[in-house]
Amino acid sequence: MSISLGLRAPDVPGADRDVRVKHVRERANWMRRRLLGMIVAAGQGHPGGDLSATDVVATLYFDSLRIDPAKPNAADRDRFVMSKGHCTGALYSALAGAGFFPEADLETYLKPESKLNGHPNRTYLPGIETNTGPLGHGFPVAVGIAIAGQIDDADYRVYALTGDGELQEGSMWEAAMLAGHRKLGKLTVIVDRNRLQQGARTEETNSLEPLGDKWRAFGWDVIELDGHDHGALIDAFDAAAAPRDKPRVIIANTFKGHGVSFMRDQAGWHHGVPSAEQYAQAIAELEAEMQS
Amino acid sequence: MSAAAAPTGLFDCRDAYVRTVEELAAADERIVAVVNDSVGSSKLGAFQKRFPKRLVNVGIAEQNMVSVGAGLANGGKIPFVSGAACFLTARAMEQIKVDCAYSEANVKLCGISSGVAYGELGATHHSIEDVAWLRAIDKMTIIVPSDPWETAEAIKAAADFDGPVFVRISRMPVPELQRTKPVFAIGKAEVLHDGNDIAIIANGTTVHHAIAAAKTLAGEGIAARVINMSTVTPLDEAVVAAAAATGAIVTVEEGLAKGGLGGAVAEYCATHAPVRMRMLGFPGFAPTGSAKWLMEHFGLTAPGIATAARELLGTVKAG
Repeated sequence: MSISLGLRAPDVPGADRDVRVKHVRERANWMRRRLLGMIVAAGQGHPGGDLSATDVVATLYFDSLRIDPAKPNAADRDRFVMSKGHCTGALYSALAGAGFFPEADLETYLKPESKLNGHPNRTYLPGIETNTGPLGHGFPVAVGIAIAGQIDDADYRVYALTGDGELQEGSMWEAAMLAGHRKLGKLTVIVDRNRLQQGARTEETNSLEPLGDKWRAFGWDVIELDGHDHGALIDAFDAAAAPRDKPRVIIANTFKGHGVSFMRDQAGWHHGVPSAEQYAQAIAELEAEMQS
Repeated sequence: MSAAAAPTGLFDCRDAYVRTVEELAAADERIVAVVNDSVGSSKLGAFQKRFPKRLVNVGIAEQNMVSVGAGLANGGKIPFVSGAACFLTARAMEQIKVDCAYSEANVKLCGISSGVAYGELGATHHSIEDVAWLRAIDKMTIIVPSDPWETAEAIKAAADFDGPVFVRISRMPVPELQRTKPVFAIGKAEVLHDGNDIAIIANGTTVHHAIAAAKTLAGEGIAARVINMSTVTPLDEAVVAAAAATGAIVTVEEGLAKGGLGGAVAEYCATHAPVRMRMLGFPGFAPTGSAKWLMEHFGLTAPGIATAARELLGTVKAG
């Protein structure tokens, strides 16, 4: 199941886009297989949200972020904050894939006293910026990091991945308002817009639309894209890295459970563990995808 | 010390707080202040003028204020997050727990106008629960300074300490205490009046009242030891154990009578050094009234403390 991991495609500026897309695609596929294996071994997890977030996380860790796993606390590192902290399957597989800790550690996911807690903990593992889990925390902390960078006129960029249901938390809009007010041009937020929250569709629960207009009203640039299209994600992060005078939100339209046919767009897979048969089918589908 | 507009010889600890933060900021560019529209009530106007880039005003948004503080710490800053203690702690409790304590972020939380400073405004603005709440959170250092000197020392110590710290800053006028050995260290209590008949363990604005009570008791032949337990977490257990050896402890704080300093002392004593105790503080939501009246009414000034000591020692009948 291992692949030859490397943070970025040919680590050369201006690498060919097709090469970058292929590189991210392979790693996203590996992450999906890896995180499903972790969930099956642990007997619990959040596969739906992990799989909707995988392509965004893969694009960041294996293409966009300027990070060095050997120096996880380097002052000038780009920061990625997993605001939807329950999606540790996606985060831990990416961190292990990027070399922040040994891949073998993934086997300990959710086991007693494992460093791979159900929600990320920066004191347990390198590469985690702040502890998340309760919704509405990571993004505001990311805003604080971006303000530190603004005060110092630092070069690093700050990224936060939020759930869409998470935007029902009031603290998110406190942070969005401040980021717009301070014109945090090195801040990029990605909304994993899978349209499902734990129990039902976001629009049936407490509707978020018109979501882009809400962010625009708070002083943000808004980009909307297919959150499973690696090329579109690479382009969006390239564009976001250019100098700007506003924070930017990327509304990534995704599907919970993407990549596994029977999980796709099903609220029931927010939590859940595939049976042995389902797991075999999921792996077969993902392996077939890499052949295509 | 520059005198506040208080009765002669009395000081507003916020002045010592802002003066110290400004001194630290002049020497260390990592020091920043974060406020919730509280530049005025935190007395940070001069700081803002001197270091405009380093004052982050998030507006009226305490949850975001604390998260932003944690983010600033991630970016290498030493943030002093200042807001009215009642809002800072209650409104942002999960941010304090998760973003600061559980994340072990290097954030300094400064609860301004704590206790019943906003007496007349009522229980929404009283911050009597803050210490009890924060005591329940692991990895949170809690300091309740007693006077301007100790406020300044606590702020310097908090800046030097790597991790989350809550400093409870009073605006109630207090005198500068007399000390023979003025040394401050986090987690170290100080004895400000000697005695072996009973120990009075106080902090914050009640310490000077405890000393006055001890002087009254001395005139009656009761030798009371007064301990300034400014650090509630971590508790100076050796000093508490020694206090228990007197056979009687009165705790007094400008806060809830349960769960705060008194609770911390009682928990230690119940398991290590059982002793007769009386815990002075507010029994629950306090009524409106001036801070001075509230302190007197609930027995948290010298006469009330002395009465509690006499009752505990059995020299008078409990009222």
